[in-house]
Amino acid sequence: MLLIRCPYCEEERPELEFRNAGEAHIARSANMAGESDDDFEKFFFIRSNPKGIIYERWRHIHGCARFFNAVRDTVTDKFVMTYKAGEPKPSKLPKNSNEMASK
Amino acid sequence: MSGAFRIPRAGRLSQAKTARFSFDGQSYTGIEGDTLASALLANGVHLVGRSFKYHRPRGFLSAGAEEPNALVEVKRDDARKAPNIRATVQELYDGLVAQSQNRWPSLAFDVGAVNDIASPLFSAGFYYKTFMWPKAAWKSLYEPKIRAAAGLGVSPDKPDPDHYSSRYAHCDVLVLGGGAAGITAALAAAETGARVILADEQAGFGGSLRFESGARIDGQDGYAWAQAAIAKLKAMDNVRVLSRTTAFGYYAQNFVGLVERVSDHLQNPGHDLPRERLWQVRAKRVVLATGSIERHMVFADNDRPGIMLASAARIFLNHYGVAVGKNVGVYTANDSAYSAAIDLKKAGVNIAAIVDLRDHPTGPVIDEARALGIEVNFGRAVIRAGGKLRVTSMTVQPKNGGGERTIPVDAILMSAGWTPSVHLFSQSRGKVAFNDETKRFVPGIYAQDCVSVGACNGTDGLSASIDEAYAAGVKAAKDAGAKTAKGTKPKVDASESWSRGMLGAAPGAGPDKTVKAFVDFQNDVTAKDIRQAVHEGMRSIEHVKRFTTNGMATDQGKTSNMHGLAIAAETLGKPIPEVGLTTFRAPYTPVTFGAIVSHSRGPLFDPTRKTAIHPWAEAQGAVFEDVGQWKRAWYFPKAGEDMHKAVDRECVAVRSKAGLFDASTLGKIEVVGPDAARFMELLYTNPWEKLEPGRCRYGIMLREDGFIYDDGVVGRLAPDRFHVTTTTGGAPRVMNHMEDYLQTEFPHLNVWLTSITEQWAVIAVQGPKSRDIIAPLVEGIDMSDEALPHMSVREGKICGVPTRLFRMSFTGERGFEVNVPADYGQAVWEALWAEGQKHGATAYGTEAMHVLRAEKGYIIVGQDTDGTVTPNDAGLDWAVGKKKTDFVGIRGLTRPDLVAKGRKQLVGLKTKDPKVVLEEGAQIVADPKQAIPMKMIGHVTSSYWSENCGRSIALGLVAGGRDRMGETLYVPMPNGVIEVEVTGMVFFDETGGRLNG
Ligand SMILES: [Zn+2]
Repeated sequence: MLLIRCPYCEEERPELEFRNAGEAHIARSANMAGESDDDFEKFFFIRSNPKGIIYERWRHIHGCARFFNAVRDTVTDKFVMTYKAGEPKPSKLPKNSNEMASK
Repeated sequence: MSGAFRIPRAGRLSQAKTARFSFDGQSYTGIEGDTLASALLANGVHLVGRSFKYHRPRGFLSAGAEEPNALVEVKRDDARKAPNIRATVQELYDGLVAQSQNRWPSLAFDVGAVNDIASPLFSAGFYYKTFMWPKAAWKSLYEPKIRAAAGLGVSPDKPDPDHYSSRYAHCDVLVLGGGAAGITAALAAAETGARVILADEQAGFGGSLRFESGARIDGQDGYAWAQAAIAKLKAMDNVRVLSRTTAFGYYAQNFVGLVERVSDHLQNPGHDLPRERLWQVRAKRVVLATGSIERHMVFADNDRPGIMLASAARIFLNHYGVAVGKNVGVYTANDSAYSAAIDLKKAGVNIAAIVDLRDHPTGPVIDEARALGIEVNFGRAVIRAGGKLRVTSMTVQPKNGGGERTIPVDAILMSAGWTPSVHLFSQSRGKVAFNDETKRFVPGIYAQDCVSVGACNGTDGLSASIDEAYAAGVKAAKDAGAKTAKGTKPKVDASESWSRGMLGAAPGAGPDKTVKAFVDFQNDVTAKDIRQAVHEGMRSIEHVKRFTTNGMATDQGKTSNMHGLAIAAETLGKPIPEVGLTTFRAPYTPVTFGAIVSHSRGPLFDPTRKTAIHPWAEAQGAVFEDVGQWKRAWYFPKAGEDMHKAVDRECVAVRSKAGLFDASTLGKIEVVGPDAARFMELLYTNPWEKLEPGRCRYGIMLREDGFIYDDGVVGRLAPDRFHVTTTTGGAPRVMNHMEDYLQTEFPHLNVWLTSITEQWAVIAVQGPKSRDIIAPLVEGIDMSDEALPHMSVREGKICGVPTRLFRMSFTGERGFEVNVPADYGQAVWEALWAEGQKHGATAYGTEAMHVLRAEKGYIIVGQDTDGTVTPNDAGLDWAVGKKKTDFVGIRGLTRPDLVAKGRKQLVGLKTKDPKVVLEEGAQIVADPKQAIPMKMIGHVTSSYWSENCGRSIALGLVAGGRDRMGETLYVPMPNGVIEVEVTGMVFFDETGGRLNG
């Protein structure tokens, strides 16, 4: 069972308290009704499926109930970092995800 | 007496404490502290099982958890029959009853052994090749026969009466394995003050010190040192010592699953003890001290009872005081078997000969064996074992060919060397590395905060292991936050030498086609099978494994993996690392379902939710149905009524007089805040800004793709307060959906969401008499149609308690939904019920509710919709705000597929024969005469007998349905085709006049 750090509770808690909520940083258009078919397809249907680093949303559903963002490695399952919803996609990741995990 | 093969003064058990037990109906005597294996061997019993595929007689290969052969059933009573118990692990208690498996009619004469003679049929890949065709025969014929003929043991057929417990634990250092290395690491860590858990699968600690008679530590015999060290650890407050506890799984971030066998070794466990306890441990650091497992020699008929690992014979002698034979042969490629021969010889057992595959080995054990007068042969192989139910001889030949010599024996001890137990390391996602010099896979790259010490790390020799373990224990504690180390490292005064051995098949394992030289005993895989797999094109060890099933039995190839790999590599002409090692997976040894499930079974498997009015419904004899976790009153049968009669009566009563219905399970969410209306505008298709406080509206919620997600009536209590209802099953996901948008897409909106499902009990009072029933109990609300029209809500009091009184209808009759605080739910219900009795009201359940709403064409999300239905498809376009510029799903609704012609639309269906009730889910076709497979144009979503309409009614999704009004369509069923007419969705009171009736 993974430990996940909730950026709101500022604590590592067991995976059971959380629920995955899909890929992060997919913004809903302010002019939703005016989106083209292609743009809507990208927004709603197309998801990256990387081997390696993925940016995704999680919810601390059995805790503070907040949605937040996480950077995770899909190969090792390890969480590289977590940050609050609305914060920008981190431009730099901690170098060694092992170090992060052990903190 | 505790058996003819018990050696006086040998072993550590007290001869005085005897225990009676039975095996296959025969009574024996053992000693407390015995395993079932040692007790049987003490009585000269080697034959204990039949093999999986060939039904070959089998005895004990090992003395521990790696045992592939000696699987028995241990029976306490009719419900407690545990199959596949390793006799080498099961501790003896007085009265133990065990029996052999996989044989008929008896262990000594087993009809299934014909498979052994017919074995050319059962070669590698046999199942794949033989039972390929015809495909249909697999399910009906082959699989059941194979399962009946094969199979390990018999599953118990009664509910498990035992209970199991489960605990979570956290520690600084978790040490897995309680041999010399594990004990040392635990001591080193514990002496820093760190919180330590030490676990070992055996009943007692010491690991290989149980048999290594030559080990001395801190001036004591090695085993005695281990016991003293364990006593010291147990006395420390910061240490938890767990025996009989197997670490079976190593999961992410040092999360380790342990199973503790609490009472399987007790004669009368009593009911206050669990049978097993699951430990879920999160450790800052893990020390793996899991040791190594001896390998057997691969030669012809190496599976005969009496042929076993040399270390096993040593444990049986040095720990249990049992000789495994009277005239013992030894076949080895490694020094450690000499120690076994020496110990047995000193105990008075004749050693017929040591056969050593090596050409010129030297060393102290060889000298000692010779000095004791044991015949030692170098450069020779055992090419065959004689005997069937018990080994009777070994045939020896120079390994490069030459004259054969047959030596009578009653046991053969084997050692091909030792395989480091890297299972848990591998499960931790660590990568093993192949040491070409020692031909071993050892821990290479670590993926987690753990360290391997001693034999599992490929560290040879007691002294080096203890050095390594001590340093690792101190470091692990420090890494976990400990400050100082105060202990002293144990000093090794004497130890035994360890050497390398061999991998793969020994001379005599083939290539002769008739030879059965076993690699994997439990799955009956021979050296020939592995060669054959390679010849038939398997290249990767993963393919060889699946084709031959090598290493796929319940012992997971603890003794066989390395041999199988070496034979495959040799046949392929490739180095071992290029062929690869198969992945080790949890569990390390089998784990009972009981331990994993623990208390989460029966009523504790899933929570049951009951409404405040549940006890009343129960007292009235309601029949309940499960709706998610809720128990809902389904119908209220009177004496002599079946479900149909009860539902018909309930439906008629509601429309003629009144009905009371417990609607408490409806999901309820309060949406509050200055931006509440704006939020509602974005989450629902309908307009909300202009809805006046005190009024209600039926709302539809979509997903972004335009499909219906949920629906419900929403009341506006105040400009900044909405009381939202959701479907019973949809409440949690609707709440999640709302929170998601509020937190991440519309965080600028000043809104709070609160789940109030369980705060309010809801009593629906429906029917022409509904107002007459409610009015006398209500205070502060004008109940007139002018003041409280259909689709409005008021706050006031009923029976003196606060209420949110909705005037709304899910039946098409004048109706109300009385929300009261849940604590008063039953009291208010009873008051309403008493009033209702004056007006002929009835209680109705969910089935009548479904019929009544279907008579009016009201949909149920999740029944009449399935996640691919738009508001337009469902005939609910009127509920989509046409002037709105945004709501969730607005763009999805205009996708080309969603506006295309010919979409399935919800319509009414009337059978031509009004008495015929369609089956929900039945498919609809336009032409019943077309060839199969027919073109299906829709399906029935809801279908009932309507007593109020005097006929059957149904709703269905039909392609282009609204353009087919009056058309005849067909529902093909097994017993004939049913004709239906496409109609509107309202079957009763089309004008809706009864809402105010
Ligand atoms: Zn949190």
